[in-house]
This record gives sequence, C-alpha cells and structure tokens, in this order.
Amino acid sequence: MKRFLYELGESWKIAAAQMRSNLTRSTLTALGVIIGIIAVTLMGTAVNGISIGFDKSMAVLGDDVLYVTQWPWKPVDDWWNYRDRKKIKTEYAETLNRMIAATPNSNLVVAVPTSNFMRSIKYGGNQVNNVFVLGTTSDFIITSTIDCTAGRFFNELESRDGANVVVIGYDVADALFPSENPIDKSVLINGQLFKVIGVNTRQGTFLGLFSWDSMVAMPLGAFNKYFSAKSESDVRVKVKDKTRLADAKDELIGLMRRVRGLPPEKKDDFSINEQQAFKSTLDPVKNSIAIAGLFITGLSLFVGAIGIMNITFVSVKERTKEIGTRKALGARRRTILLQFLIESTALCLLGGFIGLVLAFLMCFLIGKAAPSFPIHFSLGLVMASVIVSAMTGLVSGFAPAWSASRLDPVAALRYE
Amino acid sequence: METRNSIRPPGPVVIDIENITKEYVMGEEVVRALRGVSLQIRRNEYLAIMGPSGSGKSTLMNMLGCLDTPSAGRYEFNGKNVAEMDDDELAAVRNREIGFVFQTFNLLPRSTSLRNVELPLIYAGINPDRRVERAAQVLADVGLGDRIHHKPNELSGGQRQRVAIARALVNGPSIILADEPTGNLDSKTGEEIMELFENLYQHGNTIILVTHERDIAAHARRTVHLRDGLIEMDHVGFIAELDMPLAR
Ligand SMILES: Nc1ncnc2c1ncn2[C@@H]1O[C@H](COP(=O)(O)OP(=O)(O)OP(=O)(O)O)[C@@H](O)[C@H]1O
Ligand SMILES: [Mg+2]
Repeated sequence: MKRFLYELGESWKIAAAQMRSNLTRSTLTALGVIIGIIAVTLMGTAVNGISIGFDKSMAVLGDDVLYVTQWPWKPVDDWWNYRDRKKIKTEYAETLNRMIAATPNSNLVVAVPTSNFMRSIKYGGNQVNNVFVLGTTSDFIITSTIDCTAGRFFNELESRDGANVVVIGYDVADALFPSENPIDKSVLINGQLFKVIGVNTRQGTFLGLFSWDSMVAMPLGAFNKYFSAKSESDVRVKVKDKTRLADAKDELIGLMRRVRGLPPEKKDDFSINEQQAFKSTLDPVKNSIAIAGLFITGLSLFVGAIGIMNITFVSVKERTKEIGTRKALGARRRTILLQFLIESTALCLLGGFIGLVLAFLMCFLIGKAAPSFPIHFSLGLVMASVIVSAMTGLVSGFAPAWSASRLDPVAALRYE
Repeated sequence: METRNSIRPPGPVVIDIENITKEYVMGEEVVRALRGVSLQIRRNEYLAIMGPSGSGKSTLMNMLGCLDTPSAGRYEFNGKNVAEMDDDELAAVRNREIGFVFQTFNLLPRSTSLRNVELPLIYAGINPDRRVERAAQVLADVGLGDRIHHKPNELSGGQRQRVAIARALVNGPSIILADEPTGNLDSKTGEEIMELFENLYQHGNTIILVTHERDIAAHARRTVHLRDGLIEMDHVGFIAELDMPLAR
C-alpha cells in the first residue's frame, strides 16, 4: 500500500515533469480537452437552466391543484369531440364549493374560478401590450404560490364587491413604473382605471412558458363587468392531500357531472387536468434536449480524448528505452501502467480545470449580456466536469499505458 | 585490508544455471543465441564475460538479470527457480537483488542524479526521507557527493556512469551486472570506473561484467569466454595468468 502511494507520487512527478518538458505538445493536446470541457460544461449549464426554469414554470401550476377545463392539457387527435363541449363557467366554482362543504371528508379544499383575457395596460406614457389579465377570487392565493414584493393580494371584501383593484406582475410593474412605487397608483386597462394594490415577486420566465411576471390579477366581479365577452374561463380546485390526487380527481369528476347534470350513460364533457399531465408531455422534450445537447458536445470531448490517446501512444513510443530501464530497476507492470495513466489523466485534469474556469467566465459573461438566457452553473456541474475529465484521461490513456506495461524489457532496452 | 590483487574467498552460490538455451525465431530462420550454457557464480566473485560480437554475451547477461527467460534449461537465483516466478516476483528480484549498469548509462535525462538513484528505492517502497538519505549516501560513496542535484546532461560520461553505478548499488543487491560499462568511455575514464568496481569488489560485492577488452577483463578474478552461444573457457583467476592469447 505504502509502495503504491510512493509510486503514485512518483508518477505525478513524472507526469508534471513530462508536461513541462513538452510544453507546446501538452498545451496543444490539452486544448482539445479544454474545448471539449467548455462545450460540455456550457451545455450542462444550459440544460440545468432549462430544467430549473421548467420546474419554476411548473410550480406556477401547483402540484396539488386540479384544473377543470374544456380542453385537455395534452395533444388530442379528435379535436372535434372537444370543440362542441360547453364552456366552463366561473359560476361552477360557487356550486362546487357548496358541494364540497356538504361532503363529509371531502378530498377537495376549495374551488376557484379564473377568467383571462389579453389586454394592454397603461400608466402615464408607459404601455405594456398583451398582458395576461386574470379575473379570480381572493381564494386564488390558496391555490397558487404567489408572493408579493410590495403590497398584497386583494381580500375577500374586494373580491365580493368586484372592486377596481389589481395585483400586477413583476415585469409589468417594471415596465409601467420604472422609477416609481406602483402601490396605490391607478393603471388603465380597457379604458377603466384600476388601483394597484400589490406587485408579485419576480418569478423568471422560461422559453415563453407562462409566468406570473407578465400578468395582472383582479377580482372576478370587476373582470366580468368589463371583459366578460370572449374571455376564457376555468375552475381550479385545491386538493387536501396531494398523495391522494387520484381520489380527489374521481371526487371532482363526480361533482362536475352533477354540476353539468350528466346522466350516467353520457361521457364527461369537461377535462380535469393536473400539473403532472403537463409535465409528462413536456419532460420527454426536456430530456431529449438534454441528451441531444450533451451528446453533440460530448463528441468534441471525444475528439479531445482521441488527442490524449494519440499523444500518450507517442509518449510510450518515445520512451520505450526508459520503460525498459525502469523495468530493469524493478518497476512492475502495474507501476508502468499507473505512470502512463497518471500522465494522461493529469493532462486531462489540467485541460478540464482550464476548461471549467473558461466556461465559468463565459457563463458569467452570458449571464451579464443576456440575463434571460437559461444557464445555471452549479457545484454538481463542477464536480461532474472534473470527474468527466479524469475519466476521459483514464479511458484514453488506458490502451497506450497497457501496451507500455506489456513491453518486453529486453526489447524495450534494445529499442533505439 | 586486502591488497588490490587479492582474490577474496567466494561465498555461497548466488547464480546457478544449467544447460540454458535461448533461441530467437525470425521467420524461417532460428537464431540460437545460447546453446547450452552452464555456470555457477558465488557471492563476492568478480567475473568477466568475454567473447566475440554476437557470441551471446548480452543475451546471457539479460538471462542472469531476470530480464529475459531461457528457451530451455534451469536457472536458480539464490536457490529459487526463476522459471517459477511470475512477472511481479521477477520485478522484485531485479529491484532488490540485481543492480544493472548499462553501456549507455540509461539515466532518466530530466531527473537529477539524486532522483535517478532514488528510483529503485521508490520501487522498493522505501519512505521519502530514507530514500533521499540513502541515495545521497551512495552517490557520495561513488565520489559524486557534490553532484547530487545535477542532471545527466550536466555531467561527464564517467560521472554519468558513476550515477548509474550508484543506482545499481542503492538497494544493496546480491549481484551487479554491467554490460560493457566502459564501452562509451575513453580509456582513462574507463580505468576510473574499473577502479570503482575494484573497490566495490573489495567491499564484498559480486560483480559480473561483459566486455570484449582484455584490459578491462584483466580486473576480474574469473573470466568466462563465450563463442557461438557456448562457453569456450571458464578460467578462475586473473586473465593475466593465462598466456594463451585469446582469439577475438
Ligand atoms: N531480439 C532478438 N531477435 C533476434 N535475434 C537476436 C535478438 N537478440 C539477440 N539476437 C541474436 O543473438 C545473438 C547474440 O546476441 P547478443 O546481443 O547476446 O550478442 P553479444 O555477444 O552481446 O554481442 P556484442 O558484443 O555485439 O554486444 C546474435 O546473433 C543476435 O543477432
Ligand atoms: Mg552485447
């Protein structure tokens, strides 16, 4: 064991000396690995960023909320079967809430109606177009994890009265009030004045998926007064125990059939959706992006690995006589194998470190230049890069190191 | 203290080979480098192997040094059958029991004298402090106490060979094998190296050297003559006692 450690130490020294004495060659070879690691690491940060953005957007939907909608949240081939379904009305929420209250041990907590519409919104000289305007009740905060950086969400009283108040998303606030406090200011939506009572905490967007940052919410009463025509509505229902989502779903289907007054032989004419359904359609997309990206960038690392393998073969060839001498002095096969493996690994690790540092700088610059670009540097990624470069060194150095360890000492000593 | 020309009483048998052959197959042709060599070498012998070029001297030397294995025949080193040793055991024998000195020195070009001499100690698993101490000591013994941090290209040929000899000695081997150790040196430097071997012999080391120079062989206390892979003559005593001029 001790002997192994000494040999290991000796191998590192040799590797370092070898790199120093063949500086140009080592640098050029390491360059392949550097580029490979930069590519893989940058792709890793992007995959990371995409995944985080994706999860954030998913979190908006909530994992304990069921959505009652006309269309299911998945691609359908028979769209005509859904087209003629009756629309989901916001009033269903009230009916559902009464039913939930009347059901002992219900798995459902509360039903919240939402209606939405795209509108532009103005304050002073500033205007934001295509803002997602949401009409809902004060119970909305029960179903959604929505925080306010300033102010508050509207309360039950404002909700019931349909007061002209709005809670605005972070980006909306930023665009309308670049230098002012938005709270208590009045904004213009569809020719009506609404008082801002809250600003949402920044959530961040991801590949154009839905985000709170670009929406505004107001009491359903106010919404219906001004925007009811052509608006899309659905009802979201909070579940008591998310581990029993299926039970809750069955219960909700039953309730909705009663609401719609469907006889038993008729099929459901509504859809119950959950975050999971959305996830399972998007996850494969996310995974394919990750796999394809890492595979393509992995190829550049592979080219780097071939460079390392090549240079190690050259190194073995050049030092055949030295290998013979070492064997004559008592180096075992294992010792020689280790020596060349360490050499290739050291080279790869060096390349890996440099690549990692450069990738980190690039990430930093990209983050500065394009903050919305989804990249995320993590410690796990650093560790993965180091491990990948070490593995690259071991794998690409193995064949040459093996051939060195198998050299016949006499033939090696005779080699000129 | 014994005199320069004394023959020290040999100890127990270190090397015992019997009917060793070595054949190289090169396509159609079979080269028979050794054709049945038997030899016993005892501790603290000083043996020169002579013979014309191609007679099998180096082949025999590699065999004795456990670098090569015979095609047939028996080889016992310190009473152990070499044929039964595996690769690691052979490496261990080379490391601890055999000290090689090469005609071309074979030092690691980018390492200092000290690091070169340390190498066999590393392979023997000696700890770093003892390693440096021992390597420096042996370098001082061969007269290079002030050259331990020099690299081979900063040393003369004779000094390089001294480093190589220090490296061969550092693990306290049973035998020192030197294949034409003076072959790359001028005669004066060669004579100095032979002085060093004489000294080692007087201190109880076992020395086997290959040479085709009679002047070099003249230092040995026993001479083995090879011809065409066979021992032509095995003379115990100084070669000078022999008035028969040996064919080159
Ligand atoms: N690897 C090999 N393959 C084929 N033939 C070999 C090999 N090694 C040695 N020989 C042959 O074996 C014979 C003995 O070679 P060896 O090197 O032992 O001679 P030598 O006595 O040391 O000669 P020199 O004085 O020139 O060094 C020669 O004929 C040589 O050609
Ligand atoms: Mg020879």
